[in-house]
Amino acid sequence: MIPELGQFALILALGLALIQASVPLLGATRGRQDWMALARPAAVGQFVFVAAAFLVLCHAFLNDDFSVLYVSLNSNTALPTPYKIAAVWGAHEGSLLLWILILSTWTLAVTVGSRSLPEPFAARVLGVLGIVSVGMLLFTILTSNPFERLFPAAMDGNDLNPLLQDPALVIHPPILYGGYVGLAVPFAFAVAVLLTGKLSPEWARWTRPWTVAAWMFLTVGIALGSWWAYYELGWGGWWFWDPVENASFMPWLACTALIHSLAVTERRGIFKSWTLLLAITAFSLSLLGTFLVRSGILVSVHSFASDPARGLFILLLLSVITGGSLILYAARARHLTVEGGFRLISRESFLLMNNILLVVATAAVLFGTLYPLFLDALGLGKISVGPPYFNTVFLIPMLPLAALVGVGMHSTWVRMSGESLARRLILPAGVAVGLGIILPWIIFGRASALTVIGVSLGLWVVAAALLDPLKRVLRRGSAPIAFTRGQWGMTFAHLGLGIFILGATVTSSYNLETDTSATPGDRWEVGGYELVFRDIRQVDGPNFQATEGEFEVRRDGRLITILNPQKRIYRVQTSPMTEAAIDVGWGRDLFVALGDPLGDGAWSLRVQVKPLIRFIWLGALIMAFGGLLAITDPRYRAQRAQEKVQLSAQSVKTV
Amino acid sequence: MWRYLIPISGFVVLAVFLARGLSLNPRYVPSPLVGKPAPEFELPRLKNPEITVGTRDLAGNVALLNVWATWCVGCRQEHGFLVELAEANDLPIYGLNWKDNRSIAMSWLSSLGDPYVASAFDELGEVAIDWGVYGAPETFLLARDGTVLYKHIAPLTREVWTTEFLPRIIAECGTLPCPSVGSE
Repeated sequence: MIPELGQFALILALGLALIQASVPLLGATRGRQDWMALARPAAVGQFVFVAAAFLVLCHAFLNDDFSVLYVSLNSNTALPTPYKIAAVWGAHEGSLLLWILILSTWTLAVTVGSRSLPEPFAARVLGVLGIVSVGMLLFTILTSNPFERLFPAAMDGNDLNPLLQDPALVIHPPILYGGYVGLAVPFAFAVAVLLTGKLSPEWARWTRPWTVAAWMFLTVGIALGSWWAYYELGWGGWWFWDPVENASFMPWLACTALIHSLAVTERRGIFKSWTLLLAITAFSLSLLGTFLVRSGILVSVHSFASDPARGLFILLLLSVITGGSLILYAARARHLTVEGGFRLISRESFLLMNNILLVVATAAVLFGTLYPLFLDALGLGKISVGPPYFNTVFLIPMLPLAALVGVGMHSTWVRMSGESLARRLILPAGVAVGLGIILPWIIFGRASALTVIGVSLGLWVVAAALLDPLKRVLRRGSAPIAFTRGQWGMTFAHLGLGIFILGATVTSSYNLETDTSATPGDRWEVGGYELVFRDIRQVDGPNFQATEGEFEVRRDGRLITILNPQKRIYRVQTSPMTEAAIDVGWGRDLFVALGDPLGDGAWSLRVQVKPLIRFIWLGALIMAFGGLLAITDPRYRAQRAQEKVQLSAQSVKTV
Repeated sequence: MWRYLIPISGFVVLAVFLARGLSLNPRYVPSPLVGKPAPEFELPRLKNPEITVGTRDLAGNVALLNVWATWCVGCRQEHGFLVELAEANDLPIYGLNWKDNRSIAMSWLSSLGDPYVASAFDELGEVAIDWGVYGAPETFLLARDGTVLYKHIAPLTREVWTTEFLPRIIAECGTLPCPSVGSE
């Protein structure tokens, strides 16, 4: 009975979404206050019913209700409780419900945060979000009902995919979807502008915090996914350019471009149509990602069970949402007025270059991801595009981008003399390049040209980010440089980028990787560490059996740690899983993964020493922290309060 | 202002490709072995390592060679159908037990049923490399003269059997059940 209530709640949510998607939009066109006023209650009601449906599904999982097909396919009585919750979004149907829940949560946030916006504009934003919601709800109800019954009920469930039974994977999807779906908000703001036909100067300021919030979630979500892939897939890599990874990375790149372009639109009233296009693109790429992951048209290591009917539905949805907004864009964007210009050396100009490079990088990733499909569709053969392509074409725009980050941060709006810019930056640039050449040689004793470039660029971005705060600290006595919360946000985001570049460069350049075979009692050396294979034994987990190795790690005779990598066999799905054991450190990770038994008690082993790999995820977290600082800038609230005062003053006057 | 039409045009092209992609199967890679003589092999049998099984045993019959392993989820899925197939048909099914553990593989066969005339035990996966195996389960259909007629990747289902395998078997033998060369 309860699962049917969940389905019923979804249908009611669809009804409310239909109202939200139509009446307020019509009301905004016709100037009907009462129609526009329906947007908020419809959105709130929709949230309530979607949340109810979601809770019903959680209830079914927690109570092992195997009469629900989706539960029986993705859970098991022996599954630990946190993973039962994670199993709710562990496969296609439930993850779609999570998608919708997050969309309605963002919509709820917009209903609260848009109170100070002009009524017709807010009604249009909520209306557009309603359209997206209708599409996704229809998709769920028509093709992917998570509440479908199984009769007779299963005795026990099929268990959650063992790959997903991991703490990081419990929180990865909600956070990543928070970002994916959060991009619907700037998209709705952009479409609302196109519907209105006029981009008011405040528009960019309204849109910025939403965009940065979505970007923040995306950043953390992608970092979590990369971290998980690193320790769970058992290969020790942190980025594989898999279509599913690219699907999350392309919206991130477009969103990063959007954040920078919004800054220009807010301050200078230019780049208007470009900003709108980026907002549409970012969300469209996130929908495209949904399509790629769920339609099965690309080969990926971790895509959902695919079904052409579902693929067709998302493609239709993508055509309506992206196609519709781009047609609107073609019709309206040219009427947007552009104010003011700028010189070659100015912040605008550097932000423009930033945008071009980010868009080129996005296009390169998109092209590489879809290239196998293009060839196959044209009957030109079967190929797959691998990391060598992506690493090369991605680095080409990224190297100049990293070089420009520091310059852009320290340039001023409209114009700047090249001389004063050079005077400011010559010292940090010199230090970064100098250290970039010297440090790799001192620490690792060898360096390729690309390593030197990477380390120099990383240090350069770090130096550029820290230049002003450092000056502030050093000159505490004299006039300190005033820093707004937004500027601190920018500083941290760029600092995180620099740290990420350092981590990625050093890890890729100095990763030590050995594959050996060993029997208990063997000892050998890897990168200055002595490993002793002490023992191998059977261990029982809640829903798996594992073969666990015990390794002593010593350096200069001193015991550093004991590592216990496992090879797990989950009882129900019987697929073997590699649980690498990792000794974590700021300077390096020591990674030991158990391979296959080779007979006579010998095991194949993969041992890796990965210097600075933690900087990759640390950098991403610092970037996201920068985003958090930026959205909490009091000016967004202060100005909102101010507008409110103005609005009420106006209404007093009109009364 | 034509430039405002560029984004929508680009999207339309992309959408056409995506729509076309829905009817393609990216995992399907035609085997270069189809139409060619099957790679020769000789391996110890799974159940009786003293004697071998190999290309010579397969020759003379239209036969299936099924690549399987106990660690492979898809193999468990198709196993029931293979057992059914072995009971209903005279068509010999040979197994290639790939990178597996002998005792686990034997207990799997005794608990789930053994559809195979014999299973070759390819512990190191060397024969599988010759056969271009890249993911279990895979099923090869072999002609009487030892050429590869068809290769199916993914679990074998009744639907695949009737649409892909049966027509090819009928074309090869002329009649059903298929007479072996020896009995002609």
